[in-house]
Amino acid sequence: MRLWNELSYFTCWISHQARLCTPPTRLCTPPTRLCTPPTRPGPALYSTHQARPCSVLHPPGQALLCTPPTRPGPALYSTHQARPYSVLHPPGQALLCTPPTRPGPTLYSTHQARPYSVLHPPGQALLCTPPTRPGPVLHPPGPVLHPPGQALYSTHQALYSTHQARPCSVLHPPGKALYSTHQARLCTPPTMPGSVLHPSGKALYSTHLTVPGLIQPICFSTRLLTRFSLSPSFLSQDIRNTVGNIPMEWYQDYPHIGYNLDGKKIFKPIRNKDELDEFLDKMENPDYWRTVHDKTTASDIRLSDEQVDLVHRLQKGQFGDVNFNEYEPSVDFFTNEVMIHPVTNRPQDKRSFIPSLIEKEKVSKLVHAIKMGWIKPRKPKETTPQYYDLWAKEDPNAILGRHKMHVPAPKMRLPGHEESYNPPPEYLLTEEERMAWEQQDAEDRKLPFLPQKHSCLRAVPAFSRFIHERFERCLDLYLCPRQRKMRVNVNPEDLIPKLPKPKDLQPFPTTMSLVYIGHSSLVRSISASPTGQWLVSGSDDCTVRFWEVNTGRCMKTLEVGGAVKSVAWNPNPAVCLVAVCFESTVLLLNPGLGDRLVVSSTDQLITSYEPPEEDKEQAVTWALSEGPEHDNGHRLTLTHPKAVKQVVWHGKGDYLASVMPDNSSNLQVLIHQVSKRRTQNPFRKNKGLVQCVSFHPLRPYFFVATQRYVRVYNLIKQELTKKLMTNCKWISSMAIHPGGDNLICGSYDCRLAWFDLDLSTKPYKMLRHHKKALRGVAYHKHYPLFASGADDGSVIICHGMVYNDLLQNPLIVPVKVLKGHQITHDLGVLDVTFHPTQPWVFSSGADATIRLFT
Amino acid sequence: MGGLQKKKYERGSATNYITRNKARKKLQLSLADFRRLCILKGIYPHEPKHKKKVNKGSTAPRTFYLLKDIRFLLHEPIVRKFREYKVFVRKLRKAYGKAEWTAVERLRDNKPGYKLDHIIKERYPTFIDALRDIDDALSMCFLFSTFARTGKCHVQTITLCRRLTVEWMNYVVTSRSLRKVFISIKGIYYQAEVLGQLITWLVPYQFAHDHPTDVDYRVMATFTEMYTTLFGFINFRLYQTLNLVYPPKLDSKAESELKAEHEEDYAMDSESYLEKLSALSASLARVVATAEEEEENQLDQFPADGEDLENMEAREKEQKEQEAQNRLFEGLKFFLNREVPRESLAFILRCFGAEVSWDKSLCIGGTYNVTDETITHQIVDRPDIDKQYINRYYIQPQWVFDSVNAKMRLPVEDYFLGVTLPPHLSPFVEEKDGDYVPPEKLKLMALQRGEKHEEEEDDDDDDDDEEYNDEVDDEDLTEEKNLKKMEDQRSQGKQTLAVKVTPGKVKPWETGSVGNKVRLEKEEKAEEKRLAIMMMKKKEKYLYDKIMFGKKRTTREANKLAAKRKAHEDTSKAEKKQKKAKKQ
Repeated sequence: MRLWNELSYFTCWISHQARLCTPPTRLCTPPTRLCTPPTRPGPALYSTHQARPCSVLHPPGQALLCTPPTRPGPALYSTHQARPYSVLHPPGQALLCTPPTRPGPTLYSTHQARPYSVLHPPGQALLCTPPTRPGPVLHPPGPVLHPPGQALYSTHQALYSTHQARPCSVLHPPGKALYSTHQARLCTPPTMPGSVLHPSGKALYSTHLTVPGLIQPICFSTRLLTRFSLSPSFLSQDIRNTVGNIPMEWYQDYPHIGYNLDGKKIFKPIRNKDELDEFLDKMENPDYWRTVHDKTTASDIRLSDEQVDLVHRLQKGQFGDVNFNEYEPSVDFFTNEVMIHPVTNRPQDKRSFIPSLIEKEKVSKLVHAIKMGWIKPRKPKETTPQYYDLWAKEDPNAILGRHKMHVPAPKMRLPGHEESYNPPPEYLLTEEERMAWEQQDAEDRKLPFLPQKHSCLRAVPAFSRFIHERFERCLDLYLCPRQRKMRVNVNPEDLIPKLPKPKDLQPFPTTMSLVYIGHSSLVRSISASPTGQWLVSGSDDCTVRFWEVNTGRCMKTLEVGGAVKSVAWNPNPAVCLVAVCFESTVLLLNPGLGDRLVVSSTDQLITSYEPPEEDKEQAVTWALSEGPEHDNGHRLTLTHPKAVKQVVWHGKGDYLASVMPDNSSNLQVLIHQVSKRRTQNPFRKNKGLVQCVSFHPLRPYFFVATQRYVRVYNLIKQELTKKLMTNCKWISSMAIHPGGDNLICGSYDCRLAWFDLDLSTKPYKMLRHHKKALRGVAYHKHYPLFASGADDGSVIICHGMVYNDLLQNPLIVPVKVLKGHQITHDLGVLDVTFHPTQPWVFSSGADATIRLFT
Repeated sequence: MGGLQKKKYERGSATNYITRNKARKKLQLSLADFRRLCILKGIYPHEPKHKKKVNKGSTAPRTFYLLKDIRFLLHEPIVRKFREYKVFVRKLRKAYGKAEWTAVERLRDNKPGYKLDHIIKERYPTFIDALRDIDDALSMCFLFSTFARTGKCHVQTITLCRRLTVEWMNYVVTSRSLRKVFISIKGIYYQAEVLGQLITWLVPYQFAHDHPTDVDYRVMATFTEMYTTLFGFINFRLYQTLNLVYPPKLDSKAESELKAEHEEDYAMDSESYLEKLSALSASLARVVATAEEEEENQLDQFPADGEDLENMEAREKEQKEQEAQNRLFEGLKFFLNREVPRESLAFILRCFGAEVSWDKSLCIGGTYNVTDETITHQIVDRPDIDKQYINRYYIQPQWVFDSVNAKMRLPVEDYFLGVTLPPHLSPFVEEKDGDYVPPEKLKLMALQRGEKHEEEEDDDDDDDDEEYNDEVDDEDLTEEKNLKKMEDQRSQGKQTLAVKVTPGKVKPWETGSVGNKVRLEKEEKAEEKRLAIMMMKKKEKYLYDKIMFGKKRTTREANKLAAKRKAHEDTSKAEKKQKKAKKQ
């Protein structure tokens, strides 16, 4: 019997080996986990209370019963899961699994009964409680059977986060009971009225003890959860309740409180103890402290001395068994050390010496097969590649679209002379070039290597970057995007436009023939008389000079009271008048040159003026010159409110426009009528800084050039007809074709814009001939010529043919670049004007000269 | 408004391209495998025209592939082989880790391999396509064949490269298709004309390589893998066109001749065969034993007129020249001293019909000894030699290279032992007008035309030309300057009021001689041009300026080279004079 026991124990141990190793660690945790309960004495504590006592019954060594935990308080039953596990092991082999009873019809909706019963070999009952539990906090207690004489632990692997009662009960064979009760509870012995019943020294109860913070009946409900009855004597009157872990209040109204193992009713005692009885009992009964009330059987149980002892020991955290030596030396079955002698000393078998017949047969078969040539050694693998005529059948259909799309990689550059091992001497780098080469980045270098000269082939060393270059080529081949680029292969001569030869466009001025010298400062403005005999020039040296064109002789010099900004000869040949402007004055002069009749008639014209009856307020004061000034030629003085920049005559010679650039007022342009000595301001609004103005040669149009635009006004209708966009930054000068349909604008940003007024408000052509700012532009009256003078000191003559046929666009051909003016103070040519009849051009410059090109 | 909202980057160029990473993910390949696949299949990235659009608005630098290309890669059978190989490596590693050596051996035996034949066929549907692309393959194989048999790559690859290059050289020798050779500081360039395709390759000098660390040999190995396959097929085909046996076999006659007495001591037969082949001294066996006679492939005469006739004549002339070049060294007997690069010289000389031999101890395959009386040229690369035979020329190796490039046997005097060699010029440079032509080249051209070389005159002529051009350019400027000067004088005169009459110099062209009229005309033309340039449109002007800038740069460079040359000659002349003076 003992041997058998040992054996059975051995198997058990083996199977639970893994689990056994855990208990010590698990057991050490409860104290820490359970530190909270004492602080929560109230009923609130019970909301999550889940009592879960596992009890193992061991009838004389054999029966094991696990009763379900009971739960107090009806509020808790919504999630209540009664789980009674009862395993009966009567001395034979019967196993009874009692189903959970369900007296409360409504509350058990989620009740899940899960009885697991395990039958253990006789003598050793083992209860394995189910591993799965729906409750979040509970862990199945795995009971482990311990070898005889040693306690059996139901190893609950526990989650102690919330209050959990987990009594582990340990059965100790021959007649000794061991209770591993809930340790958490036991650590607080004084407050614990847990009682363990040990009837007749054999029965053992593991009681579930709740923490009694307050002396309240509900709190104080020590519940006897499990009862073990071990002794046969007790077994005869075994009154165990099978209702399970339920509140016993449910049986309040019944005469019984449950059912025993045979299914018979257990009746309540006839009279219940009331408070008084209880009190009296407490006062009188000396064993009251060791009496435990079993609610399920409604009986009081008095704990024996042994049981009390046990409880005390467990409370102290000692083993239940007094005789158990927990510090026994452990004996390994196998040592971990490598031993020199074999474990077994068995002699070798005979068959290990005798050759195997089966093997012999196999080998002889193989040998025969090899002899017969059936088995051949494995052929060595073909490592050398096999080549054949891959293109034997060239299929034209194999050329796919991709092949046409494919851009073959460009071939490597072929080497030049400089790569030779013995290059001509000029390809070798000089010292400076070599230094420069070394300092350059590798990408910037024109040559990726240094040309070298070696006297003989034998002296040529290995090229150190050979592998690099091949590698870079490889990288190029698979990493570089490829693209077909159209190369512009154009003959530069073809790009030059085919223009008519300048020779065929003659006449135009070609050479400088006369230089008019006399001014001492830059000559800002020049103007030729309508007959072409005289030339007037105004300069910054405050003089106006009159020249004879053909001889270059200065006929007359007039001092005026300021730097002359602009001069204009009256275009009417019947009048000899010159308008000169300086500071805020416009002076009308009669130079007294040319035909006397004309001169005198002019004087007469001026003196014949009769002032009108009603004197109107004018923007300008007209004053007639008298005395020495009159002798000098001054005729009329127009005093403007502001500085005047430009004067210009109307083609008929009666009207005169003056420009007073001022960005902030509308009084910028004034038109004067000489015969009536009347002045008017044509514009009510300021449209920007006026640069220059001009009259249309034939029609009553008036051109006003502001900084960027040229506005064309109709003087009769008094409206804006056109606004020309010049695309220039700053207009400097403007001239109108004698036909009146074309206009050129010179600008300070080196451009000359030709407008065809019929075509568009945008320039028909932009000419960028000059290198510097343009200062003056002019049209010839009769010849299809126009000229532009700029700060680079040159005058460019262009052939600008305007056709009467409206469909034909103007032809513009530059025909001559005239140079001659010296650049002083960064200024070159300041004004250009054509001779009225001849294809000659005058230019005035910052070098105080006027030049005539014929 | 109705309709679905158009989403950005869901149509147009954004859908035609795919980034590298996306492509890699689509193919489920690692970067290394993807790279290998791209190399093998010849897929390269594309630069989209509008990068930002393709990049979905981002400007991050990314590599883009055409989506079509990647789709094309999707069904490539080799991708599966890559995966198999990956599995194989994993298994092998595991077996190693477990020290299961039998498993390792078994795995090794069943190592998955792949063939590139179908890829070659796919990439090069016709033979000519393949031949056109062989430049890089040749250079790469020649490089790999010079690698040491340790380290950087598999020994099989190296031996295969060597075998293929030897086959190629044998083919070029047999077909006599070598055209140009050039000794550069990097290595020796060769150019051959095979089936009308010019093929250039570079062979490094025979030195041990100093393997750089910043080169990814895996990339090179992948390229070589592809190139060897391509190269092998091309060789096969080329041998077929010449009716040669492939893999090449030596002529039976030659083989018996080459059989040395102590061959058994030399090496195993299989090993020495490749060396015998690489010796290049014997002809190859043919499939059909043809008679020795060279079939003269005369051009058929077609009745033609006008331009066709001219073309035909030109072609005929070219072919004659070609034949002449092919027989350049015919009848000559060379002996290579041990210090000259044997392989390249033997290759070149054999390509042009010479007989070559070398010292027995140098290499297998030498057919005659130094003592042979019939040797006409001995190629020596040392300042002097002790024992000289009187009936042969001792020349430096450059003579061979220069002669090949000149397509004629150059005078040997310049290449004798101890003589300072004339510069070695690149045969690949074709000078356009305006480029600098080194005087040596001019001399050579004159020599080719059959003139005697009169260097002094030639040089002077050249100089004159250049000067003349310069003058023409300068004339305008000088004239203007004169005018300005006169102007200045005049204005100054006015200012000082000191009128002076100086006897004017009548300009020569104003007297009315013929030359001056020409000059005037020229001036007029220049003026006209300048005016016309003024009237150019902005775009055209820009282009014109660019072209002119490039032209000017080339002339400037040419002038610089010329000036350098002149300076060099001056100094050398001065040195000579000094030496003479010292001697006297």
